[in-house]
Amino acid sequence: MYTRHLKLIIIGIITGFINGIFGSGGGMLIVPALTFLIGLQDYKAHATAISIILPLTAISTVIYLKNNIIKLNIAIIVGIGAIIGSFIGAKILKKVPVPWLRKIFGGLIIYTAIRMMLL
Amino acid sequence: MKLFVISLLSGIISGMGIGGGSILIPSLVLLTNINQQQAQGINLIVFIPVSIVALIIHFKENNIDLKSTKWIIPPGILGALFGSIVAVKTNPDNLRKYFAVFLFFIGVYEFFKKDRPS
Repeated sequence: MYTRHLKLIIIGIITGFINGIFGSGGGMLIVPALTFLIGLQDYKAHATAISIILPLTAISTVIYLKNNIIKLNIAIIVGIGAIIGSFIGAKILKKVPVPWLRKIFGGLIIYTAIRMMLL
Repeated sequence: MKLFVISLLSGIISGMGIGGGSILIPSLVLLTNINQQQAQGINLIVFIPVSIVALIIHFKENNIDLKSTKWIIPPGILGALFGSIVAVKTNPDNLRKYFAVFLFFIGVYEFFKKDRPS
């Protein structure tokens, strides 16, 4: 067992836990973990992240389904919207100033988080 | 219709590589009558088909570091089981507040993150 393996195991447990308890956010943790702690290149870290988050998400989905939390009729509408949206997003990616957009998005997320706390 | 617009917009954002769930979940909770657990469940199940397509492309291009995945996925599954069980057993109002704290940190991270030239 090397330190690298121990790091990977700890990254795995934390990512799985966060992704399960919040139903999101696994990719947000694992991409920086893979680039900064393991030293993967950016594009490899993104691809590797998806291959890790997918099985973790599948496991979490099973637990949520078993507890009757997921309404499939709503999930289908959201799924169709999200797929069409992500194609549009990927297409217009080169035409929008992403760093600038990231700032607006970050600000919006902070505002939303505060609203959710106060709700 | 409202649901579709929310999903479309969060899809566009995630297609540009800026976290999708962090937009979708709060929008569903704040703008519709879907509760925190249900919104999280929707985000989880929707991620599956979207990411399978992306994964096939990456796999063909050999972008996946299999040396890391074999060490991360098994403990990750344990963490996922534990996290999901906690999520379904937590009161939705409390879960929303914990989520909000996590979301706050994501917002700060995105705000200060520097884009590296690609």
